[in-house]
Amino acid sequence: MRPFVYEQPTDISAAVALASNFTTRDDQPTRANTQFIAGGTNLADHMKLGVAEPNRLLDLNRLEEQKLRHIRVTEDGIRFGALVRMGEAADHREVKERYPVIAESLRLAASGQIRNMASLAGNVLQRTRCEYFRETSWACNKRVPGSGCAAMDGFNRQHAVLGGSDACIATYHGDFAQALIALDAVVLTEGSRGARKIPFAKLHRQPGDTPHIETDLAADEIITAIEVPALPWGRRSLYLKIRDRESYAFALASAAVALDLDGETVREARIALGGVATVPWRASAAEEILQGKKLDDASAGAAADAAFAEAQPRQHNAFKIELGKRTLVRALLETRDMKV
Amino acid sequence: MDAAAPRPKENQGEPLPRVDARLKVTGQAHYPADLPAANIAYGALATSSIARGKVTKLRLDDARAVPGLLDIVTYGDMDKVDKPKFGNSGATSIGPLHDRTIFHDGQIIALAVAETFEAAEEAAQLIRAEYEEDRPTASFDSPGTKTVAAAGKSPMFKEDVKAGDFDAAFAAAAVKIDQRYSTPTQHHNPIELFSTTAYWQGDQLVVHEPSQNVTGWKVELARQLKMDPANVRIVSPFIGGAFGSKGPMTPRTAIVAVAAKRLGRPVRCVTSRMQAFGTQTYRAETRHRIRIGAGKDGRITAFAHEGWEVTSRPDLYVVGGTSATGRMYGYGSVLTHVSLVQADRNTPGYMRSPPETPYVYALENAMDEMAVALGMDPVEFRRINEPKTEPIGKKPFSSRSLIQCYDQAAEAFGWARRDPKIGAMRDGDWLIGMGCATAIYPTAVAPCAARVRLTVDGDVRLQCGSHEIGTGVRTVAGQMASERLGVAIDKISVEMGDSSLPPAPVSGGSISTASVCSAVLKACDAIRTKLFAAATAEGGPLAGSHNEEFELADGKIVAKSGASTKVEDVLKAMQVGAIEEYAEFAPKGATPEALKKLYAGTPEFHGGEQDEDSVKYAFGAEFVEVRINRYTKEIRVPRIVGAFAAGRIMNTRTARSQLMGGMIWGIGQALHEATEVDRRYARYVNRDLQDYLVPVNADIKDLQVILVPEIDHAVNPAGVKGLGELGNVGTAAAVASAVYHATGKRIRDLPIRIEQLLA
Ligand SMILES: Cc1cc2nc3c(=O)[nH]c(=O)nc-3n(C[C@H](O)[C@H](O)[C@H](O)COP(=O)(O)OP(=O)(O)OC[C@H]3O[C@@H](n4cnc5c(N)ncnc54)[C@H](O)[C@@H]3O)c2cc1C
Ligand code: SF4
Repeated sequence: MRPFVYEQPTDISAAVALASNFTTRDDQPTRANTQFIAGGTNLADHMKLGVAEPNRLLDLNRLEEQKLRHIRVTEDGIRFGALVRMGEAADHREVKERYPVIAESLRLAASGQIRNMASLAGNVLQRTRCEYFRETSWACNKRVPGSGCAAMDGFNRQHAVLGGSDACIATYHGDFAQALIALDAVVLTEGSRGARKIPFAKLHRQPGDTPHIETDLAADEIITAIEVPALPWGRRSLYLKIRDRESYAFALASAAVALDLDGETVREARIALGGVATVPWRASAAEEILQGKKLDDASAGAAADAAFAEAQPRQHNAFKIELGKRTLVRALLETRDMKV
Repeated sequence: MDAAAPRPKENQGEPLPRVDARLKVTGQAHYPADLPAANIAYGALATSSIARGKVTKLRLDDARAVPGLLDIVTYGDMDKVDKPKFGNSGATSIGPLHDRTIFHDGQIIALAVAETFEAAEEAAQLIRAEYEEDRPTASFDSPGTKTVAAAGKSPMFKEDVKAGDFDAAFAAAAVKIDQRYSTPTQHHNPIELFSTTAYWQGDQLVVHEPSQNVTGWKVELARQLKMDPANVRIVSPFIGGAFGSKGPMTPRTAIVAVAAKRLGRPVRCVTSRMQAFGTQTYRAETRHRIRIGAGKDGRITAFAHEGWEVTSRPDLYVVGGTSATGRMYGYGSVLTHVSLVQADRNTPGYMRSPPETPYVYALENAMDEMAVALGMDPVEFRRINEPKTEPIGKKPFSSRSLIQCYDQAAEAFGWARRDPKIGAMRDGDWLIGMGCATAIYPTAVAPCAARVRLTVDGDVRLQCGSHEIGTGVRTVAGQMASERLGVAIDKISVEMGDSSLPPAPVSGGSISTASVCSAVLKACDAIRTKLFAAATAEGGPLAGSHNEEFELADGKIVAKSGASTKVEDVLKAMQVGAIEEYAEFAPKGATPEALKKLYAGTPEFHGGEQDEDSVKYAFGAEFVEVRINRYTKEIRVPRIVGAFAAGRIMNTRTARSQLMGGMIWGIGQALHEATEVDRRYARYVNRDLQDYLVPVNADIKDLQVILVPEIDHAVNPAGVKGLGELGNVGTAAAVASAVYHATGKRIRDLPIRIEQLLA
């Protein structure tokens, strides 16, 4: 681990000012010399592994703005402060009632200890767990642009079947993000070029030729909040996560589903898929297929087929296509059968 | 009584809490890397990123520029030291800094030493090697492997056992199977990381390192450093997870000792979890072909077990479990053969029940297939093949309670409620499967020494160079002394884990309780004899009772007649402050050299199948329920029951804990654990606990251990069969059997994962 400067700015503008002082316009947040740290459960790990090498850390935990720490429920929806811990949001009564899919996506992630430490903004920005990315002796385009991708023809059981490129097939492993993208969340940021509202679906970038560019954020932009619009039928929603063991493991496949039903007929469906794609993945084609249809084994199956129509398997991850489809079918039927 | 402290049945000792329980749960137990040493410097390893080739150049400038760097030990710096030897005390013969040849991924290329841990790590990461790279061979099926017969390559694996005419019997069998099974590479991931702390006091070297073999290491380290073993001391008071991983010494120990000498300061090197995959031993990948032939009545007439195991280029490590599988049931004929497949890998080694875990997994999965082929209940199939004598040497079993284990476990599990039809049992979207398998572990014992002192105040001090690897051996050794000397356990202090104590054998092969307790028993009995002689001597308080039997209880000697006297008074009358006895225990059948070898750190093991009179094994039966989602196929284990018989149980609490841990590990072997090898580079990929999965609490639901009473005086004076390695044998096969019952899919390659059930 390299020595680094550690600073604790006390308000957002000071943090932004420090960040813009030490970074340039073109710096990627994950590659800049100065980086933000919140819970540190992802970044500190990467610093120890030599994957991230900032020489200055700006700790966001001393920021005094209360809005960063609140969960506010209004007519318009829910607003999550960026520094709210995963555990707080998972246990929040109204989140559990109104958006079970959000609460469950958080409850089924990581471990109790990590959920108490990790922030919501840090969570959505968590980086891939690709084994070759995390160990610096391997070739990895994401870590060292142009060096190659050791996973492509290596051991790629956990890698993505959707949204990959010739340069990178690393999975986006977060769970919370699937609920957010399904519910049309918006990310609020503040940076040297002002405040922005970024649709959650625009936050992450597919790898393409530039897998080292992971998000739409600038190096001096701070996420301050995540807003989820009101969704009266959000109660009929769930997060289904399939993994190798019962707890404390990333998804092999997951599905975030919310349904607006008229009897057994789908008025509207929201579907996102985790564990199978390079970025948080909204399955719009599947949603369209279900619209106006009776939800049963057949229509759920057709939606799942549509969701994975473009899937590209590699040597060890082909099973994720079948598993992803079955996960979605199961999630749809279980959501249909929810008592709300 | 709670589940953790089962009520003792016949021939079972009290469930005393561990004597060191409070120290452990309050963080006061000091593990080797916690032991204080003044003015310490920190070491970090640099390791190779290729698996085969040569280091042509090491660039050290960047590392040397790290503030706080003190030294770099690398090629050339170990030349005055002898290379390690491969064997019981040595993990490998590779002297990584003696030779620029790279034999495997993650081989040590340097040790950076600095004022702080962080600086040492940073410097180690900045050491850059240039290589002349060869194309490596990763494993089975890779080009470039070399296959050799295993028999005779290890003192523990002398021959491929056989009996009768397998070929003829198999050809003639009415029902038969011929199948292949495999188990993956598995790595030790103890919570206590591997570490070495070394310091010199003049000519004397002290090493703090988690070790299951302090005597063996002392001798081996002295050999490498060309020292008198008397000047080397290995200290390892607590070990946080051993299971064989801390049995053989790795090359790191001598390297750290040399670094400490060069600096004239203590040096501590804690290996990172990632680096442990390449610098420590691990469980070898294995493959099996099993053929079983039987008559329509279910009697097995032919059994063949062929095994293949991956090992390194320089060292022929043998797993070799056919000695146990070939004796498991009353087969008519037996044929076995084990082959070693050499690849560019680090040398494998011991991991909890090293031979039995993979070999019995294959056998028991095959037994389940055979039961299906015969249309027979799997428990019934085993009952039919219960032997009178073992099939190879036709010797009796010193005791064998397998059927009792099956009966008691089946009853507790509710096996009678199982509908044998595939997929017939369901709970909503969850398919239910039930399966079972046999556990077996050879009962061995080795020479051991112990010193016991009883003071006039009634305190007992017990010293033995064995190792508290979490089994509770400190507690049971204390219990043995407590029983024999009639002294309460809280008056007994037990010292272990130091090579300056009386030597004990390596804590492996589940021999510790039997060996240590036998030595403690002998020392205590010598004290009893002295006490009783003094008490019954002319003019003594019990004069005239010398022909009587007597007991020691509550600080008193009580003769059968009822006459009694205080031990304290006897010692006073003898005019001594304490009686101290040093006892050396040698098992029946030990060679004249046996005790000498104990001191040399190369103890003889006795028992198992080696003895003339009988073969000695502990047995168990495990029953597992699985639930498998009908859509997504994830496998969960809501229930597991194991019944085990292992002679005298010293302490039902520690015994249950060992067996429970084994069963949990077995579930992990069935469903979770596997080291992934990148076959292009012969490198390990999933080198941390994020990707190397073991069960978490949520995976383990209802687990029941039944201790079946058994008496066996033939195994050793303490009547104890080791059970530390029994619990995880067979578990994976029981899971495979349950998965088959639920789904009709026979999974033969571990671990059993979702993708195999989707296929
Ligand atoms: C063992 C383990 C298991 C896990 N399992 C799961 C799982 O099953 N599912 C799951 O979803 N996650 C899982 N995680 C990931 C975990 O959820 C993330 O590590 C965590 O949410 C990151 O939050 P943090 O606050 O600690 O982020 P940090 O580590 O502090 O930061 C992460 C990144 O976000 C940036 N950042 C943080 N806050 C802001 C902000 N306000 N504005 C701009 N940039 C910011 C940082 O610069 C950094 O690049 C697991 C992690 C571990 C270690
Ligand atoms: S998949 Fe992406 S992250 Fe993984 S090695 Fe390839 S480029 Fe790197």
